[in-house]
Amino acid sequence: MAHTAHRLARAVITPTTIVLAVIVAIAVYFIVQRYLYGLGAVTNINPGYPWGTWVVVDIVIGTALGCGGFAMALLVYVFNRGEYHPLVRPALLGALFGYTLGGFAVLFDLGRYWQAYNLVLPWYTNLNSVMVEIALCVMAYILVLWIEFSPTVLERFGWSGLRRFVERWMFVVLALGVLLPTMHQSSLGSALLVMGTKLSPLWFTVWLPLLYVTSALAMGYAIVIFEATVVSESFDLPSEHSLLSKMSTVVGGLAAAWLVFRYGELIWRGDFGYALVGDLKAVMFWIENLLMAFAAIVLLVPAGRASKRASFLAAVALLLSGSLYRLDSYLVGYDPVGNWHYFPSVPELMVTIGVIALEILLFLIFIKAFPVLANARPAARNA
Amino acid sequence: MAATRDQAGSSRRIDFEEVLSRDLDEPVKAGIGLSRRELMKFCAGVAATMGLSTAAGVRMAEAAEAKERPPVIWLHGQECTGCSESLLRSYHPTLESLILDVISLDYHDTLCVGAGHQALDYKHAMMEKHKGKYVLVTEGGCPTKDGGIHCKVGGKTQIELIKEAAEGAAAIISIGSCASWGGIQSADPNPTGAKGTQEIIPDKTVVKIPGCPPNPYNFLSTVIYVLTFGKVPELDQEGRPKFAYGRLIHENCERRPHFDAGRFALEFGDYGHRQGFCLYKLGCKGPETYANCPAIGFGDVGEGQWPVGIGHPCFGCVEKETAFTKPIHSLATVKTYAPPAAFPDVDMALGTGMSPGAAAVVGGAVGVAVGAGAVLLSKMGKKDGSEGGEQA
Amino acid sequence: MTLDRRQFLKGAAFSGAAGAATVATGGEAAAVMRPPLDMPEKAIGMLYDSALCIGCKACVDACKSANGMPAEIPSTLAAWNENTWDTGESLSGKTLNVIKVFRSGTAKQKDAEDNGYAFVKRHCLHCVDPSCISVCPVTAMQKDPETGVVTHDPDRCIGCRYCVYGCPFGVPQFDVSDPYGRIQKCQFCNHLLKEGKIPACCDVCPTGASLFGPVVELQGEIDRRLAAEPGTNFVFPRGEIGSDRPPHEQAVPRYKKAVYGLTEAGGTQVRYLAGVPFTSLGLPAVGDISYARLAEGVQHTVYKWMLAPIIGLVGLVFLVRRNAADKSGSEDQA
Repeated sequence: MAHTAHRLARAVITPTTIVLAVIVAIAVYFIVQRYLYGLGAVTNINPGYPWGTWVVVDIVIGTALGCGGFAMALLVYVFNRGEYHPLVRPALLGALFGYTLGGFAVLFDLGRYWQAYNLVLPWYTNLNSVMVEIALCVMAYILVLWIEFSPTVLERFGWSGLRRFVERWMFVVLALGVLLPTMHQSSLGSALLVMGTKLSPLWFTVWLPLLYVTSALAMGYAIVIFEATVVSESFDLPSEHSLLSKMSTVVGGLAAAWLVFRYGELIWRGDFGYALVGDLKAVMFWIENLLMAFAAIVLLVPAGRASKRASFLAAVALLLSGSLYRLDSYLVGYDPVGNWHYFPSVPELMVTIGVIALEILLFLIFIKAFPVLANARPAARNA
Repeated sequence: MAATRDQAGSSRRIDFEEVLSRDLDEPVKAGIGLSRRELMKFCAGVAATMGLSTAAGVRMAEAAEAKERPPVIWLHGQECTGCSESLLRSYHPTLESLILDVISLDYHDTLCVGAGHQALDYKHAMMEKHKGKYVLVTEGGCPTKDGGIHCKVGGKTQIELIKEAAEGAAAIISIGSCASWGGIQSADPNPTGAKGTQEIIPDKTVVKIPGCPPNPYNFLSTVIYVLTFGKVPELDQEGRPKFAYGRLIHENCERRPHFDAGRFALEFGDYGHRQGFCLYKLGCKGPETYANCPAIGFGDVGEGQWPVGIGHPCFGCVEKETAFTKPIHSLATVKTYAPPAAFPDVDMALGTGMSPGAAAVVGGAVGVAVGAGAVLLSKMGKKDGSEGGEQA
Repeated sequence: MTLDRRQFLKGAAFSGAAGAATVATGGEAAAVMRPPLDMPEKAIGMLYDSALCIGCKACVDACKSANGMPAEIPSTLAAWNENTWDTGESLSGKTLNVIKVFRSGTAKQKDAEDNGYAFVKRHCLHCVDPSCISVCPVTAMQKDPETGVVTHDPDRCIGCRYCVYGCPFGVPQFDVSDPYGRIQKCQFCNHLLKEGKIPACCDVCPTGASLFGPVVELQGEIDRRLAAEPGTNFVFPRGEIGSDRPPHEQAVPRYKKAVYGLTEAGGTQVRYLAGVPFTSLGLPAVGDISYARLAEGVQHTVYKWMLAPIIGLVGLVFLVRRNAADKSGSEDQA
């Protein structure tokens, strides 16, 4: 089981990182605008759609895409599948930035950010609010992720004393690292329960928390497959496909279970008719589910699992499906009071794209700066 | 005369060349006391009041200038003579020149020089002489209780007088609210059983010019219209000329923007009242009263001079259902045809949809992602073949 | 585009009054829902009678003055309305109260569904069981225990806008044009109530279309109006029910025999009467329960005494400790 992780010995500044940095700079420009002139100057959010892409993409979808750390920790430490351990560090790194930047996005989306600390003042806390649970839990989980990742940093700088101390207590942090995402990823679904009739019955169900947490978990595994494939292909590293394809059964199983439960519940509740009316909502519903079904089938069929291409496509489909599910339940499937319309403005999109670019940029820098990748050969190979 | 000229009057063509070649500063022949220019201006004004063309104004001037003036018999019933008083204060032209020169006011209960039998004999003589040609104007209500004994002239009740005069009239005009439906004396409990002229002679067409007092120009315009075209102007279902009573005061009121913006005078003399805000809450009946007051004003002293214009709520003097029956402070029923255009619709589309720029950004991002994915996949494809060996 | 279809679907799914929750969420929803809240005994409220409303916007104007709100001129109207005339199109960060109009066909007959028009006044309905209070993470939204008025405290608010998103009536609004914006909503002129006055909109309403008073008395007035024969003379109170303000007499309008707010979203303290269906007036079909009950019920079932998370954590710690030992050891050797 023993394995080692290495730094990727490549140049940090490449055309890709420069392009990403430019995109981030554009986003920073618009974020400054937002602080100077208000949310309305940059975004298209309006009285009907108070939450735009900054919330739904950066936070709701962003953290779900950051569930790789959660999924791998569950698999490796709870279900004791040590063979997947090489995948943990990159997954953690992805999660680290998915969550940290999600939390960061909250700060520029909050209308009264200078009072954001009120969230942690116990005498203000409203225990009925799902938002409290999400906020506190996400904050805690970001901290947990940094601690989980810290041995990698400490290893890099050779602070073995501190590292040993951290690792002694790591089991508590790892346990929290499984518990907290279960809590807040399900709560992101519970957050919609208050919507009632404002949300289409295609999405609105009392089982939203369960659907959210299972799809987050599936997305966590899918992002690991996606990430590992992209990294190994981009940097011509040895493939981890054999490991990934073993894990694919888990992902496929989750995806299939999610679909079965979703359809079963929808039909049992008697609202399946909404999927057949042919409006935008129904179309989006089918796109979500067909993507998920594609992922489930490919990953459950041995031939599909074996093919690198097919399993990569399946992972992408699953990620798209999970993201669309969140986008649809928060924006497309939602009927505002009044005939309101929303589509993100260009600056708003640029900020969202900038956050994603920053995630990729930081990921690229970190795998070169810290020993993250197990398949990155020691520097000697490239020297 | 109006009757005889019925056909000729309306079909006669105007020789505009001839009209234009006239000396405009020469006093008109009939000795109205006006130059032709002034008469033309007056008639053009009358035509404009009625919404008629300038040609109609020329034709009216022609008619007014014609030698034979239409005889008018003017009866008074239960009233204050305010209608005549109002008419006496019209300025363009002054009424005396109109009634003496444009029309021939052969008999008027209160303006006639003679008295007693002399006056009445003259009236009968005129009625006989112009039978079927004269215009009958009634002013004031007509009591009907107790056989109509509450108003008598020369021993005859008003009922008899109206019926007698209406017999040979070419056209009948009832001026003022009293003559139109009974007016103030018909208000509850109506001790004299006061009624309007139309109710006394239900089988005749009576043109009503209600108002308390009515705007003199609505009366003058009606008379000149009858004189010119030989027929009465178009009437509404109440028998009022549409040119004057066709529109809701509320629709043309200069204070209407205040109503639409919710700015109201709450009591006399308060801030809103001094600022000229809407008088609805003080009981203004403009929203249920059909009259042209805001358009033509009142009293010939300039723009905006009419009750609402000077800060008093309209009390709906031309509306049978309103004047003297609804308390002045009570709220009007708003009879607007349609809600104001600037009000937001309940289902109006709001918010910003997809802009071309945003679509391009989304499309670009998706394109980059798909492109990168495709490159990656093709790379994988190349290696998929060799991979078997590697793995083995 | 899909307004009709949407209405149809909503009608189909949610019109079954009490069954709404069961239909939308399955029977299990009823099991986890927390019990409904009761209206405070001395709850105050408002009756808005669309059939009495003449659309004069006095209430909109008074609301702006009483609450110190700026005029709102949408960019689409700015060309002809150069900062002279408040023309808000919807509730927003600048408008707490707005009169909207329903028009159909020629729009000539007031309170008629076909070729008619009707006005509607939109502002906070002061729910008995408000979603905004349930969702607010920092208790910035509060309901007065005595009067039931839902107020907002901007000093607590963090601007997350969950209340905007979660309100079934689309009431709370965040002023996005201000970098230091805040949530704005009708607070029933709470500052005037404290001085013994009544909300500005009811105070100025010329016809009594907006009527202030205790909810119980207002409901009595509603019942009287619905019971009265249309066309007969009726004395409509103005301003505050039971006050000595002069009433207003007019014929009883043809009401739709329904009250909006009696059961909507678990009941509201502001209620509506109208001569056209409420859906035509843009009042959403929200079902008869407050979905705050469901959200809170689910959360409190899952997190009761934090038992589940604590047990979960203990179990996880045990498992992870057992499983992680060999792995961290191996890493150490690296």
